[in-house]
Amino acid sequence: MSGHSYDAEKYWKANLRLIFGSLIVWALVSYGFAILLRPMLAGIAVGGTDLGFWFAQQGSILTFIALIFFYAWRMNKIDEQFGVHEE
Amino acid sequence: MSQFAINLIFVGGSFLLYILIAIWAKAGSTKDFYVAGGGVHPITNGMAIGADWMSAASFISMAGLIAAGGYANSTFLMGWTGGYVLLAMLLAPYLRKFGKFTVPEFIGDRFYSKNARLVAVVCLIVASVTYVIGQMAGAGVAFSRFLEVEATTGLIIAAVVVFIYAVLGGMKGITYTQVAQYCVLIVAYTIPAVFISMQLTGNAIPPLGLFSTHADSGMPILDKLNQVITDLGFNEYTADIDNKLNMVLFTLSLMIGTAGLPHVIIRFFTVPKVADARWSAGWALVFIALLYLTAPAVASMARLNLMTTIYPEGTAAQPIEYDARPGWIQTWEETGLIKFEDKNSDGRIQVYNDKNEQFASTTAQERGWNGNELVVNNDILVLANPEIANLPGWVIGLIAAGGLAAALSTAAGLLLAISSAVSHDLIKGSINPNISEKGELLAARISMAVAIVVATWLGINPPGFAAQVVALAFGIAAASLFPALMMGIFSKRVNNIGAIAGMLSGLIFTLVYIFMYKGWFFIPGTANLPDNAANWVMGISPLSIGAVGAIVNFAVAFVVSNVTEEPPVEIQELVESVRYPRGAGQAQDH
Repeated sequence: MSGHSYDAEKYWKANLRLIFGSLIVWALVSYGFAILLRPMLAGIAVGGTDLGFWFAQQGSILTFIALIFFYAWRMNKIDEQFGVHEE
Repeated sequence: MSQFAINLIFVGGSFLLYILIAIWAKAGSTKDFYVAGGGVHPITNGMAIGADWMSAASFISMAGLIAAGGYANSTFLMGWTGGYVLLAMLLAPYLRKFGKFTVPEFIGDRFYSKNARLVAVVCLIVASVTYVIGQMAGAGVAFSRFLEVEATTGLIIAAVVVFIYAVLGGMKGITYTQVAQYCVLIVAYTIPAVFISMQLTGNAIPPLGLFSTHADSGMPILDKLNQVITDLGFNEYTADIDNKLNMVLFTLSLMIGTAGLPHVIIRFFTVPKVADARWSAGWALVFIALLYLTAPAVASMARLNLMTTIYPEGTAAQPIEYDARPGWIQTWEETGLIKFEDKNSDGRIQVYNDKNEQFASTTAQERGWNGNELVVNNDILVLANPEIANLPGWVIGLIAAGGLAAALSTAAGLLLAISSAVSHDLIKGSINPNISEKGELLAARISMAVAIVVATWLGINPPGFAAQVVALAFGIAAASLFPALMMGIFSKRVNNIGAIAGMLSGLIFTLVYIFMYKGWFFIPGTANLPDNAANWVMGISPLSIGAVGAIVNFAVAFVVSNVTEEPPVEIQELVESVRYPRGAGQAQDH
């Protein structure tokens, strides 16, 4: 990496952008939909209760799984793009 | 065959399997002992993380907590899974790239300070020891209920088994036993759940059953549950709550705490590459989610089952007579985890919310009820599930083996984190840096043996504050370790003084807030304020304070670092190097 400091910086910025975006979704489904915004989603019925309850007990966990796999997949691609991946 | 014999076969069989694995996976080097040789496949590691993470609290207690609290206790579900997102993106890949053996070692190297390393060792040991007490106590409950032995005898048997695979195999032995323990615990957890979901909703997949129709009433099952329990004066199961700030902070504390717990972090050191560390976080959460998506279904269905057992003709009719109670209530009464008191002497079991004053003065009075008569400990919900649903004897044996697998796998992971901090960070890092590889391996084995003895002793003589200390473990991990690790990776500016000041102020802030309400060092009678919502600062419970402690840590570290000297160039290069995966190679000592 040394000697490619320009690329190294771009690589790290790409990582930070990806993390930032992922954590917005992470916070939105758990702290947002499941807790703070639950009253706003109260009108959307899901099996005897509302969408906020579903996010609190299932939706957020499913989203977390999707987020981690998405991050791992994107980040491993970015590693290759910038040539910092491991052989 | 008697139930006792069946339980013995399941538990004995699983223990034999763990010992065979231990003999096969003996550690030959410190690298084997600390990081299982560094060649664990990410899916295998994901499974091992699942068992490492899912403790007696997840297996035995969590569904009971959700059953009792309904929506409000969804915090445990989100809090204990959301931390993996933080691990995958903020910590695990970079710490794997750093490529050493322990969490305090990173803190010591990154903040070029033996004192920082020592602070991290102390935090690690306090958090892990408090956590291990809960595991041993959980194992004791499972033993005394299912194997009809004294909890003490049971704990000693369990300790011997852990001793064999953890002392012989270190991380290598623990990794492969954890994989086996994951399989045992997940099968044990899901089979009764599938049966119960089938019985109540006709849907064989419990997470789908939770949102489908109750077969007997034709109503959505959550509606039915709300109706039954509000008839008895309880809050609606799905009711929203008012104190959202506390709910947010509690969830955040659990998430940050999860990400900062050393026994989870060190599992990521065992995979070959940085990319594998990312994948294994994902796989870990898949394996964890199998249980965490089942738990809320178990919670609501078991609560409904319990209510229909007590009120077979509906809540408007009379509850069952005490003499006609089902066998499982009798068995659990013997353990003291179910208690009955016939307060109105009518020979029937009244279950209702006697803390609801309006209900007590109206409906309860009209029906001649004189207080709630059945106290059911939350912890029995999962263990008693197969009996409540009338499942065959082998399912009960499986639950016994599953509960023990959950407790022992977590205990082993914690013990490894403790013993490697002692042998690698204290002995090799401070006391005797010239110790040979063989000498360090021996020291690691001896520390492990001592840790097991201490943990077993604490399990047999649990301090009265066992339940509260779990909050302490998460509070410490959240307020001290997580911020230090994250700043070590994401900031080049945070220096030794800043990191130590940050860790100490986060830690002290959190401890003081907990002790103010729970008593100083948990000594009864020393609390400054009553532990209830009216006295909490801004309604923040002591259990939720870890997240605030983390913010204090970040803030102090940044301010102090910015008014003191920049870290030396080689440290800034170290930070650069952990950010780029190339060249991670295998986890190594130096």
